[in-house]
Amino acid sequence: MLAFLARRSLVLLATLFAASLAIFLVLEVLPGDPALLILGLEARDDTLAALRSQMGLDRPAPERYLAWIGGLLAGSSGISHTYSVPVFELIGARLAVTVPLAAIALVLSTVLAVPLGMLAATRRGRMGDYGVMGFSQVGMAIPNFWFAILSILLFAVTLRWFPASGFPGWQAGAGAALWALVLPAFSLALPEAAILARVTRASVLETLGADYVRTARAKGLGERRILWGHVLRNALIPMTTILGLQFAFLVAGSIVVEAVFALPGLGRLIFQAVSQRDLVVVRDVVLLLVAVVVVVNFAVDIAYAMIDPRARRAA
Amino acid sequence: MSRLLHAITLSVAVSFAAFAVAPAQAKDSLAIGFTLEPPHLDPTAGAAAAIDEIVYANLFEGLTRIDQNGVVQPQLATSWDISGDGLTYTFHLKDGVTFHDGTAFDASDVVFSLDRARADDSVNAQKPLFAAIDKVVAVDPKTVRIALSRPEGALLFNLGWGDAVIVAPESATTNKTDPVGTGPFRFVHWAKGDRVELEAVSKDQPIQKVAFRFIPDPSAQVAALKAGDIDAVANLNAPEAVLAFQADANFEVAIGSTEGETILAMNNARAPLNDIRVRRAISHAIDRQAIIEGAMFGFGTPIGTHFAPHSPAYVDLVATYPHDPAKAMALLKEAGAENLKLTLKLPPPAYARRGGEVVAAQLKEAGIDVEIIPVEWAQWLEQVFRGTDYDLTIVSHTEPMDIGIYARDKYYFNYDSPELKAVMEKLNATSDPDARTKLLGEAQEIVTHDAVAVYMFQLARLGVWRKGLKGMWHNAPVQATDITGVRWE
Amino acid sequence: MIRRHPNLILGAGLTGLLCLAALVSLVWTPYAYDAMAIAERMQGPSATHWLGTDQFGRDIATRLMVGARNSITVGVVAVGIGLLAGGALGILAAACGGWIDEIVARCADVVFAFPAIVSAILITAVFGPGAVNAIIAIGFFNIPVFARVARGAALQEWGMEYSRAGLAIGKSRFGVSRDHVLPNIAAVLVVQATIQFAVAILAEAALAYLGLGTQPPAPSWGRMLFDAQTLMAIDPKLAILPGLAIALAVLGLNLLGDGLRDILDPRLRVAPIG
Repeated sequence: MLAFLARRSLVLLATLFAASLAIFLVLEVLPGDPALLILGLEARDDTLAALRSQMGLDRPAPERYLAWIGGLLAGSSGISHTYSVPVFELIGARLAVTVPLAAIALVLSTVLAVPLGMLAATRRGRMGDYGVMGFSQVGMAIPNFWFAILSILLFAVTLRWFPASGFPGWQAGAGAALWALVLPAFSLALPEAAILARVTRASVLETLGADYVRTARAKGLGERRILWGHVLRNALIPMTTILGLQFAFLVAGSIVVEAVFALPGLGRLIFQAVSQRDLVVVRDVVLLLVAVVVVVNFAVDIAYAMIDPRARRAA
Repeated sequence: MSRLLHAITLSVAVSFAAFAVAPAQAKDSLAIGFTLEPPHLDPTAGAAAAIDEIVYANLFEGLTRIDQNGVVQPQLATSWDISGDGLTYTFHLKDGVTFHDGTAFDASDVVFSLDRARADDSVNAQKPLFAAIDKVVAVDPKTVRIALSRPEGALLFNLGWGDAVIVAPESATTNKTDPVGTGPFRFVHWAKGDRVELEAVSKDQPIQKVAFRFIPDPSAQVAALKAGDIDAVANLNAPEAVLAFQADANFEVAIGSTEGETILAMNNARAPLNDIRVRRAISHAIDRQAIIEGAMFGFGTPIGTHFAPHSPAYVDLVATYPHDPAKAMALLKEAGAENLKLTLKLPPPAYARRGGEVVAAQLKEAGIDVEIIPVEWAQWLEQVFRGTDYDLTIVSHTEPMDIGIYARDKYYFNYDSPELKAVMEKLNATSDPDARTKLLGEAQEIVTHDAVAVYMFQLARLGVWRKGLKGMWHNAPVQATDITGVRWE
Repeated sequence: MIRRHPNLILGAGLTGLLCLAALVSLVWTPYAYDAMAIAERMQGPSATHWLGTDQFGRDIATRLMVGARNSITVGVVAVGIGLLAGGALGILAAACGGWIDEIVARCADVVFAFPAIVSAILITAVFGPGAVNAIIAIGFFNIPVFARVARGAALQEWGMEYSRAGLAIGKSRFGVSRDHVLPNIAAVLVVQATIQFAVAILAEAALAYLGLGTQPPAPSWGRMLFDAQTLMAIDPKLAILPGLAIALAVLGLNLLGDGLRDILDPRLRVAPIG
């Protein structure tokens, strides 16, 4: 187990390193001069040179890369070109929108999908099953941003239950802030719920056919107890895996949904930072998103290895 | 009829926030919605209009200022004398002015600010404004003398720009995040991504607290106005939504003018656009009214040259190249430029992206095949503006009185006219208003005659605010939201 | 047949409709897709415009048909890139094992670590927004998907008797891959390709919605949704129709993929309905 842990940790670090290098190289070739963008039409060459040197853009690339990584390791970030504040501070403020949004979406999709999946499994081949599987197919086919647009049209514009867009901020009170996240969270949750319902149904069906369930039946345990006591517990493993992987998807998926709802989250930040060539912000946010994916994958691998020793060798 | 119908549907549609009870509006506070958040708050270190929209006249002041009609007014300088040769300006400064941090304002601050803006390591975005200045000297604490190396007819106007405001040496380096000026409002707080708050220095100011709220999405701005989250939007970027506000008794709509000449610029150096017949053909192929209707929902004034129609010096040349696809084709044939294929690079604003789609369709009717290439501002500046790597582009030139750009070498039009240069040189040496107007008229006729660009329309400023709010600027001669004269009634 | 494979029939039907619309648009559309008539903008459905007109007075039915062609092009090319490059890499990794396998796996790890939408934003920022660059970005992210699937399936084949027998009678690893492995994993790859086709259509729509995909005046369903957003309070159909087209296309492809899996690869039949 220890050897496995060490090996996986090494892979984790190597992946992060390769990713950071890839990010840096892509930003190196990104067209558009941040200094020119700040100074605009009337900028003169000497003014531009002065600003570039102020921003540290005139130093050689390897030096800037090392300064970036060194800074991150030391726990300090650069200063955003556009906002003139430390990048970590900016990211922190945006996470206060994106993380709750993804978390609510995760809870919503679980609450929606698990009972539906179990219903489908226990009603296999009957109307309930068809209904749930149909919902799942439709849910996977609907683009989340279209669902978002339609829900604005229905719930915000026509019924006026929710705000159409924007985020009042947590200082406006938790109620108002959460209220503004309901429609975005639903838009994010729907496709995830559709996938999760399928996974739940499949793993419950598989467990229902297992030996110990037959034994339990033979012992005369009630169907309800078998289902909730044995089957669900065992089916939880693949479901948790999917949930873990989905969290990373949700954070990334929020980019599009935040654009629809004009939410000041991480997705908007990266979008805005790319167009304003605020590369100091772009590289940190992208690396953060990559780190989330890599670490979640790592955690899932470790969890699997703890449950099933064979996985240690296979990985 | 259909317009009315749209207006009704829209007003139903956007007034959704019924549950969000508007906070009781005290008579001395104000919240204004903006599309763009500024990168920082130092107008002397960036070109972003969003900076000036907040700080100009409210927080920072210059020697002169520009009022809502585009006229130069005294500000930190109460009066000035100009020498007979036009080379020396002597400014008499206002008494008893202090910066928000309590330090006193005097002639040394003026020398510091102007020298800082002109310095070699200056990061001022409008350095050419100060190009004619040779020396700035403090004669005594209340008098400043500016010596010019050549006559500059526009000096007083230039000193009224946001980029020429007076800052204090003690706070100049921290103005980006904690601006300190001499204006009637001082900086309070900036919640990034959400708002900047200012408060009045004096208790006599009718508005005591102002919040500048950043709402990037026009449809969200409309919702925030209706819900009472904000009181005003100085320039609503959704012309389609303005119709609904016009029908709403709770709001006032002001359709004002801007300095934004929206043009279809052509690369005059690139074949076949270097042929005047091709440029004229393109001018004939464009239907201005259809572009204004299609892209701006009818808001905007057709123009025929690079000059604001509300300016006294404007010459109406709209009829020079009437919409005539057949004539356009004939001209192209004459120039041997049939089956023309061109690229059209479009920056992000809606006037460009939407307008570009209509332009492409119109040019297609004249047999010109246009490929649309959307670019971000960073790329537009680097490729189109600096690199002049483009055939066609659409952009709004929002600087006031900027026809002089056509006389510049290596400007992105790649237009070179000795005739125009001579006129502009004469203009620079002229201070008599009538003579200036005449020269400006000549310049307009030259650029239109040469069809340097297709002059499409003047951007409208679509202001919407709650009834009872008085003193908001209708027009935008400079990028500013001057609230020093705003009050509730 | 219909009773046994409802997914397949419905999926094939919807996908067929999509292809039909795209094919017909090659030779005929009700109007030119970029013909503007500002005076006739945002009209409702009528005999002259079956689905009405958009904000520039263009015929929506025409634009949806040409948009179908655009979606299919994106899907075919993006999946083609992934299938060819990824499939080859996966088979190679399985055949060679050792450090080649390791390198392929680690590269896939790195690519997978980037949320696809983030990378697409960066790629289009470097090369400029547009249909071709969007296709390349989507295709690039299909490579590791196919590489993993192909490698997994190929490894299973290498565990089979006949593969080892092939080596024993003197065939090269390449020969065995070509003669035994590839034919046997083809079904798995076809099923995956159908699913990825749907994913590619969704991805292109999302990119176009963000303004990074297909550019006007060429119609793209995602772009049509983007343009509709500030106008939907005035004219909801502008936002409803393109989204419906995307959803139906993706639904059809997903159902087709499920159905094909049932038929082609019974081993993967985890829990079919009925």
